[in-house]
Amino acid sequence: MLLRAKKHDRSKAALAAATRDGDALRLLDRDSGPDPRDRGGPAQPMLIVKDLQKHYDIGRTALRGPRSVVRAVDGVSFEVAKGETLGIVGESGCGKSTTARLLMHLIEPDAGSVIFDGEEVSDVRGISVRDLRRNMQMVFQDSYASLNPRLTLADSIAFGPAVGGMPRAQAQARALTLLRMVGLDPESYAQRYPHELSGGQRQRVNIARALAMGPRVLILDESVSALDKSVEAQVLNLLRELKRDLGLTYIFISHDLNVVQYISDRVMVMYLGQVVESGPVDRIYGATRHPYTAALLSSRPSMDPRRRVAKPPLSGDPPNPINPPSGCRFRTRCPRAQERCASEAPMLAAAPDHDAHLTACHFPLSAAGGATPTGMEGLHGAAATDSGHAYGHTTKRLLRLQA
Amino acid sequence: MRMQTAPSTAAAITPAAAFRRPSRGYWHTVRRRLSRDPLTLGCAAVLLLLVGIAIAAPWLGLDDPFKMSMIRRLKPPGYQGHLLGTDELGRDMLARLIFGARLSLFTGFVPVVLATLIGGGLGIIAGFTGGRWNMVIMRLIDVFYAFPSVLLAVAISGALGAGLLNSIVSLTLVFIPPIARIAESVTTQVREQDFVEAARATGASGWRIVQGHVLANVTGPILVYASSLISVSIVIASGLSFLGLGVSPPNAEWGLMLNTLRQAIYVAPMTAILPGIMIFVTSMCFNLMSDGLRGAMDIKNG
Repeated sequence: MLLRAKKHDRSKAALAAATRDGDALRLLDRDSGPDPRDRGGPAQPMLIVKDLQKHYDIGRTALRGPRSVVRAVDGVSFEVAKGETLGIVGESGCGKSTTARLLMHLIEPDAGSVIFDGEEVSDVRGISVRDLRRNMQMVFQDSYASLNPRLTLADSIAFGPAVGGMPRAQAQARALTLLRMVGLDPESYAQRYPHELSGGQRQRVNIARALAMGPRVLILDESVSALDKSVEAQVLNLLRELKRDLGLTYIFISHDLNVVQYISDRVMVMYLGQVVESGPVDRIYGATRHPYTAALLSSRPSMDPRRRVAKPPLSGDPPNPINPPSGCRFRTRCPRAQERCASEAPMLAAAPDHDAHLTACHFPLSAAGGATPTGMEGLHGAAATDSGHAYGHTTKRLLRLQA
Repeated sequence: MRMQTAPSTAAAITPAAAFRRPSRGYWHTVRRRLSRDPLTLGCAAVLLLLVGIAIAAPWLGLDDPFKMSMIRRLKPPGYQGHLLGTDELGRDMLARLIFGARLSLFTGFVPVVLATLIGGGLGIIAGFTGGRWNMVIMRLIDVFYAFPSVLLAVAISGALGAGLLNSIVSLTLVFIPPIARIAESVTTQVREQDFVEAARATGASGWRIVQGHVLANVTGPILVYASSLISVSIVIASGLSFLGLGVSPPNAEWGLMLNTLRQAIYVAPMTAILPGIMIFVTSMCFNLMSDGLRGAMDIKNG
């Protein structure tokens, strides 16, 4: 009893410290001017990823067969500009999460390079993995598994800063400030345990935990996918506010196309460990060029009953990443596939009418929708924009209800 | 911020009150569950009593457990102030049982504590590092695990020679493999959780993660398992003494007493089975208590 009372006095003192001088807040608030950690200037991309690759050798699958290799991530290159949100979409198993873990160096990449704000992540020069992790943090999908059940929320949040050498009292004060920033009253939540919280509240704590390191990039790996729609909308808005207030850059991984459309500035579509299309969000959703993206978009449930699709635009599972199809990996499920697709792998190329819209396809869909293949009529045009707006409306309505 | 209203109303109680009343932690829940389990509490009480009596034995005004009397051999309980009778050399059974509890409990606890420290450490290292180290440690442990535990204890004790210290060494070696296995599997499970990944993402060192995140989550299951081994340890230690590999006469130890009284089983059955009853009650209590602990600590979602 005495011990617990002491602990409470301590957190009370920490709370007072946090509110008195707002020390932790000032550390995190970047409204006052340019970020002192910004080295390359605004034009330098926050992240440049080149030919990232991760293969898993799973040994022989047959007794005398060849050694099998899962090509989880196979030559992924992209850039993330400062202050933008890059959405990464794709079916399960397409390498989204592996890409995220490779970026954080939680898994060692086989090949490829990551350049953070102009500095290559490397042991010898540039930025160390340790410093990279301080600048880049991750929020996972499973809000429960990503919090230690034996630690109070404040201790969970304060763990990272304490590891970085921050004194205990200061780390606790920062934890309380962060709880307030993510919309949880520190007085009632700091000493609670994860199992006492709802999924949405836990995910807020996970966001606070990631922010405690003072990162510049936040990787959100399916972070809102497990939440109820209404809670999801709240957390998405919280993420938007935090991004604005703290000048963050997001990499937002999700299989939910509506959510990605809502939050992203740019979108990257992955299929079997490769990037098939990337570009500004309105181009991807409004002027789709890759048949796979078009199929994904048309598989979204529509809010308009007249536009509901009777036949699924994509059938079956993606092919086995152990032995991906030759040439274009999507050709086995692509309605536009021709002989060339089997022999020659398409490279990412810019659309004729938009430099930043890249597509890896020999026969891309045209923006006007003239040469739409059978089975996909009109789907990538009108339907896509419609349901996209519908999501916006739903979110707004939910927020109005909560207010 | 717009969002601030929703969660604070969800808390339903005023923040100030919530702050004063500490939140229910894991151990709090475990304690509450145990307090509602009469069987576990009863067993714990019996064991505490036993330990208390064993510690206080010299001050209880008992007969000298080593004082022999040729004319009062194998007397039944209640004979001339001998509450539980006398043994085959006329020594007071009550005194011998209580003094025997000291050695028996000692040989029950000490090997398990040592094995928990060593085996638990090895298991956590193996589970957390994984890969090659896991391979080396766990295969080495499997070698010991392959022998039946009693046989292994007898073999090691036989090789080292009789004596209290040697039997503790052999029992410790016997218990390291199973504890290491439990520790390894629990640690492997915890290591795969996202919160460990998140801790790695903060740049924490392996040692720091083990300290801050792994230990708190693995000690519970390891301790529950270890507590169930105490009874096994008492039984095997008694067995070693019975075989003449453990404590040597004239010391009082339950297994040894059982051995020497065995020949008197037809003459004075009530006296002869007393050490056996003590072993049975003690190991039962440890088993039931460890079951209760396991139940109380197995809390889904925290």
